[in-house]
Amino acid sequence: MAFNIIVLAKQVPDTRNVGKDAMKADGTVNRAALPAIFNPEDLNALEQALEVKDRFPGSKITILTMGPGRAAEILREGLFRGADDGVLLTDRAFAGADTLATSYALSMAIRKIGEFDFIFSGRQAIDGDTAQVGPQVAEKLGIPQITYAEHIEKIDKNSVRIKRRLDNGVEVVESPLPVLITVNGSARSCRPRNAKLLLKYKHAKTVTERQVENLDYIDIYDSRPFLNLTEWSVADVAADPLLCGLSGSPTKVKKTENVVFQTKESKHISDSDIEIDELMKELIENHTIG
Amino acid sequence: MDNLFVYLEIEDGVVAEVSQELLTKGRSLANQLGCKLEAIAAGVNLGKVEEQVFPYGVDVLHIFEDKRLLPYTTLPHTSILVKLFKEEKPQICLLGATIIGRDLGPRVSSSLGSGLTADCTSLEIGSHENKKEGKVYENLLYQIRPAFGGNIVANIVNPDHRPQMATVREGVMKKEIFDPYYKGEAIVHDVNDYVNEEDFIVSIIDRHIEKSKVNIKNSPIIVSGGYGVGSKENFELLYKLADLLGAEVGASRAAVDAGYTEHERQIGQTGVTVRPKVYIACGISGQIQHIAGMQESSIIISINNDPAAPINSIADYVITGEVENVIPKMIKYYKKNTK
Ligand SMILES: Cc1cc2nc3c(=O)[nH]c(=O)nc-3n(C[C@H](O)[C@H](O)[C@H](O)COP(=O)(O)OP(=O)(O)OC[C@H]3O[C@@H](n4cnc5c(N)ncnc54)[C@H](O)[C@@H]3O)c2cc1C
Ligand SMILES: Nc1ncnc2c1ncn2[C@@H]1O[C@H](COP(=O)(O)O)[C@@H](O)[C@H]1O
Repeated sequence: MAFNIIVLAKQVPDTRNVGKDAMKADGTVNRAALPAIFNPEDLNALEQALEVKDRFPGSKITILTMGPGRAAEILREGLFRGADDGVLLTDRAFAGADTLATSYALSMAIRKIGEFDFIFSGRQAIDGDTAQVGPQVAEKLGIPQITYAEHIEKIDKNSVRIKRRLDNGVEVVESPLPVLITVNGSARSCRPRNAKLLLKYKHAKTVTERQVENLDYIDIYDSRPFLNLTEWSVADVAADPLLCGLSGSPTKVKKTENVVFQTKESKHISDSDIEIDELMKELIENHTIG
Repeated sequence: MDNLFVYLEIEDGVVAEVSQELLTKGRSLANQLGCKLEAIAAGVNLGKVEEQVFPYGVDVLHIFEDKRLLPYTTLPHTSILVKLFKEEKPQICLLGATIIGRDLGPRVSSSLGSGLTADCTSLEIGSHENKKEGKVYENLLYQIRPAFGGNIVANIVNPDHRPQMATVREGVMKKEIFDPYYKGEAIVHDVNDYVNEEDFIVSIIDRHIEKSKVNIKNSPIIVSGGYGVGSKENFELLYKLADLLGAEVGASRAAVDAGYTEHERQIGQTGVTVRPKVYIACGISGQIQHIAGMQESSIIISINNDPAAPINSIADYVITGEVENVIPKMIKYYKKNTK
């Protein structure tokens, strides 16, 4: 048995590192100062795919991402860890997509990739925490979805048994294949890069990257076709431009507003023993605590 | 036609808190819009749902009773909502941002081609102008949520697609009985008109549901730690203080992501919303996503080594210092001076 597996992965700004220097004077995030990373739960998704491949040698993992040119970085990251192939979906017309337009574009690319048994996505991307793209891709492809997956318990030729992590417990479900599985952060973390694969794929590039970097050793891409990262546009996946990007997004940002908190008249205290003792005394006496 | 729908989550015949909160919000939005409030109950043991939801001002309750609908699975519940919405053409649909709502909402929105906004912290009605096309829309749902990027909130609208769908976390809206004697109409649907056999291809083999041990939502005092706490070991100090005060321990997302404590304790837009009597924020900077979940605390105490931390502006007491230094002093004083 061998399976065709697709992993959906997104490159996101590292919102966990919004330190002081990452903020601009006007209080907005300086995106340029934030490192772009492999969305954490998408790494959990990749690990699930790799485990299926470990158990069923000959299985093939294609990692698919939609984003700007630099998102090719996470395709390489996926190859370094054991994926077989990477597809970057990139086009100006995809820009400004909400989750629905994103899932439409991804589903069209998946149709073009062809037959598959499993699609793994992360539970959610940390830049929006929406957790919508996985289920929406499943709906667009007309296949079942298993969300919050933590562990694959069993795989048969035509079905899979999965443990899901709920807020208040666990659930084991069985679904026929093909299926889309969104993987929870509580699932096993992704294995590290493999040194051999790192050497093998270090120069894997999309066409655009090769043009931009003006690489002169073009012939290696002819002799080693696995170094060619696939790059697709709206037209390549036969998507309807009206359903992509901003125009394909039913949700519109009407406006954004800076929030000015109602500032309170606060009492300022230093960390000296005396001041803390006085504060505690006050809090206990006025029954705030104790 | 054009009404506001709430999808009810029901456990053992009891309507979940989050659904009651959505009904309360839904009733007030429906009043503004001059439309009806409708609710959907799908599952088993639904006999007592009517009496629970009519006091919230539900005009129409749609009942789908079938033992195959419980426990929840994605496909049949999706089919019910999609077909019902094609028939009823609601203008708005609200769901809880729960395990179920976050599984069901996107699937339904994708099928209907309508937009969905996750984790809204506020919902309002207002107008919208598309200047490019010279079009003005009245009575749209403003779906308001913190936006990534500083202390910013985004107002999101779905001008052209219906229903306008939004999810809201438990505790964000307040629940309030609208009228204890309110009487709506209950419509019992034939489930087989809405689902087909293929909707049941995913089966549940086993379920272990345990009530969570963490109960920060109802704790009168919360000692909450952020990234500034610095380590899992330092977080122990917070547990110590909380133990003494009879408090629960909360956390920011940065602290959870760093592995200092478990996810169930996360407070904020994508965590739990709390309104304790006292909120002690230790090493928390006060980004909007965090503040969204705790700003209604009566008394806020901030411990931060940065006097300019944004959270200080909403704090009643600002202690400028290191967490690992200040908390032991608080513990020491408290131990010495109580009982
Ligand atoms: C879509 C989305 C959803 C989100 N949802 C949530 C949510 O639900 N809840 C949430 O909390 N966040 C959420 N966030 C993340 C949020 O934007 C912030 O990144 C996060 O709240 C920051 O946590 P923090 O204050 O602990 O960390 P930081 O911002 O890193 O702040 C650390 C603070 O500790 C202080 N400090 C450092 N060392 C010490 C010391 N020794 N003693 C005392 N003080 C010290 C620093 O001065 C600083 O003020 C979300 C983000 C996104 C994009
Ligand atoms: N642009 C994208 N390219 C590839 N996968 C994506 C993209 N956006 C979202 N996903 C996948 O969908 C999951 C949920 O994303 P979200 O709905 O944005 O929280 C992510 O964890 C990814 O696996």
